[in-house]
Amino acid sequence: MALDTECIRADFPTLRRHVSDRPLVYLDSAATSLKPLAVLDAERDFYENRNSAVHRGAHTLAAEATELFESARDHIARFIGAEPNEVVWVPGATGALNLLAYSFSNASAGMGGDEAHRFRLGPGDEIVVTEQEHHANLIPWQELAGRTGASLRYIPVDDDGRLQMDEATALIGERVKVLAFTHVSNVLGSVTPVAELVALARAVGALVVLDACQSAPHLPLDVKALDVDFAVLSGHKMLGPLGIGVLYGRADLLNAMPPFLTGGSMITSVTMESAEFLPSPARFEAGTQPVAQAISLAAAAHYLDGLGMARVHERDAELGQMLVRGLTEIPGIRVLGPAAGEDRVGLASFAVDGVHPHDVGQFLDDLGIAVRVGHHCAQPLHRRLGLPASTRASTYVYTTDDEVQAFIDGVSEVRGYFRV
Amino acid sequence: MSGAGLDSLYQEVIMDHSKQRHGAGLREDAATSSHQLNPTCGDELTLNLHVNATGDTIDSVSWDGQGCVISQASMSMLHDLLGGLPVAQVEPRLAAFREMMRSKGQIEGDPDLLGDAVALAGVSRYVARVKCAMLGWVALEDAVRQLPPPDADLGHP
Ligand SMILES: Cc1ncc(COP(=O)(O)O)c(C=O)c1O
Repeated sequence: MALDTECIRADFPTLRRHVSDRPLVYLDSAATSLKPLAVLDAERDFYENRNSAVHRGAHTLAAEATELFESARDHIARFIGAEPNEVVWVPGATGALNLLAYSFSNASAGMGGDEAHRFRLGPGDEIVVTEQEHHANLIPWQELAGRTGASLRYIPVDDDGRLQMDEATALIGERVKVLAFTHVSNVLGSVTPVAELVALARAVGALVVLDACQSAPHLPLDVKALDVDFAVLSGHKMLGPLGIGVLYGRADLLNAMPPFLTGGSMITSVTMESAEFLPSPARFEAGTQPVAQAISLAAAAHYLDGLGMARVHERDAELGQMLVRGLTEIPGIRVLGPAAGEDRVGLASFAVDGVHPHDVGQFLDDLGIAVRVGHHCAQPLHRRLGLPASTRASTYVYTTDDEVQAFIDGVSEVRGYFRV
Repeated sequence: MSGAGLDSLYQEVIMDHSKQRHGAGLREDAATSSHQLNPTCGDELTLNLHVNATGDTIDSVSWDGQGCVISQASMSMLHDLLGGLPVAQVEPRLAAFREMMRSKGQIEGDPDLLGDAVALAGVSRYVARVKCAMLGWVALEDAVRQLPPPDADLGHP
């Protein structure tokens, strides 16, 4: 049975908004998704009824909050195919990737003892990323390379933005210690061949870091089946609240990795000279935790479970194809990424010949249609594709066929309006 | 109402300037130069400032860049204001433009000071676009700042 879009839409209060005197057509879910009532209610319920810090204090509210917080972790663990102690709360994907890079950095500086040797980097070692990464999965590695003396290399894309897998094979050799790449490109909507890259990394003993920011909302995610060492995601892109995300790491790795942020709630014992750290996940969760956000993210995962991620994926792929087919038929439009008929999520970035993306976005906003314009935090990819910026439309579970059509109709008028 | 808002943003004169791009194409012999970047969209603009022999009057500006209708039109309009303008008169124009851009649609702008650029008043209602309109003006401000001070003893033995 397909998703009942009309029924779903009733759960999203933001869809009642009007923009430019028209009903909002929200096609910017890849930046941040709308939130269903279930998520808003979960957040409100926490503050109204249970407001307290977790893992501290013996009172009833604290106990309830702790239980909800940990069952949220259990829920997210199931959602991504991990164990609860392999799920670390972070502010988002950016926070998670920086956590990793700084933990590796600390290991490289000698912290964490012998067991942290896997995370040590130095001159002669290599970190490999791809040319299509979001800046969040690029700059932390650049900086890590700068701090440790390791070199950063990247798997290039071709003129159509396709990852050059033959180059990957040549690039991933014995010196590579970390391979970090995105599961789904936030610009191209394409799905990375994870298994092939993981096999290359395994052959040389490199750690694999998967940026699942754009895949977690759209596909059934199973980190164990994908066999990656680490994965990161942002809750706000998958119906959850802002300010919370997930770092997944294999338990044996997380328990051997030195922490990044240190402070309260992550220790076993502390003297004036030193501290012993708790195992994962507490080891990486210093300070008062974002409890309401974690609980609400679990509510988002619960909502998605209710829809069924297989069906979400199916609908999303359908919308993605509608976007590409519609855009491709408009003269003067260059769609980035996979052609119609090829795999993509519900996301399409494009360039309008002779019209700057800002003007495209402004024109569409006047029709009540919200899209993203700019380089989408992927400057190197845009440069490679010969564009300073692009316009991106991205769909989600609440997107209707009519909305996609309104968008396509809007785009087909852009060049006329700007007299190109 | 659709269209009305948009048409008041993209007025004829703005559309025309964005296509004609007065002063586009970098010329040599610049006194100073400025390169500006709009980090949100990756747009770039280079402005060369050409001054007369005594260095107190602008001959012209030449520029090169890519960007939206607003940024290109704004730069083209700015170009038209500058030919023969005493350097000392740049600052009040910059201040007037900036004030208009920060006014959220409240200030119309003085055509004597801003020329065609008064048409950009409507941009100030679109907070996300103010940076686009400012790009060339920020480049000019930077280029003027780099000029030697007016009383510097240039070429006088
Ligand atoms: C592929 C990808 N990676 C990382 C991020 C960063 O996520 P956040 O800004 O939520 O930390 C994003 C979101 O913009 C993304 O699309």
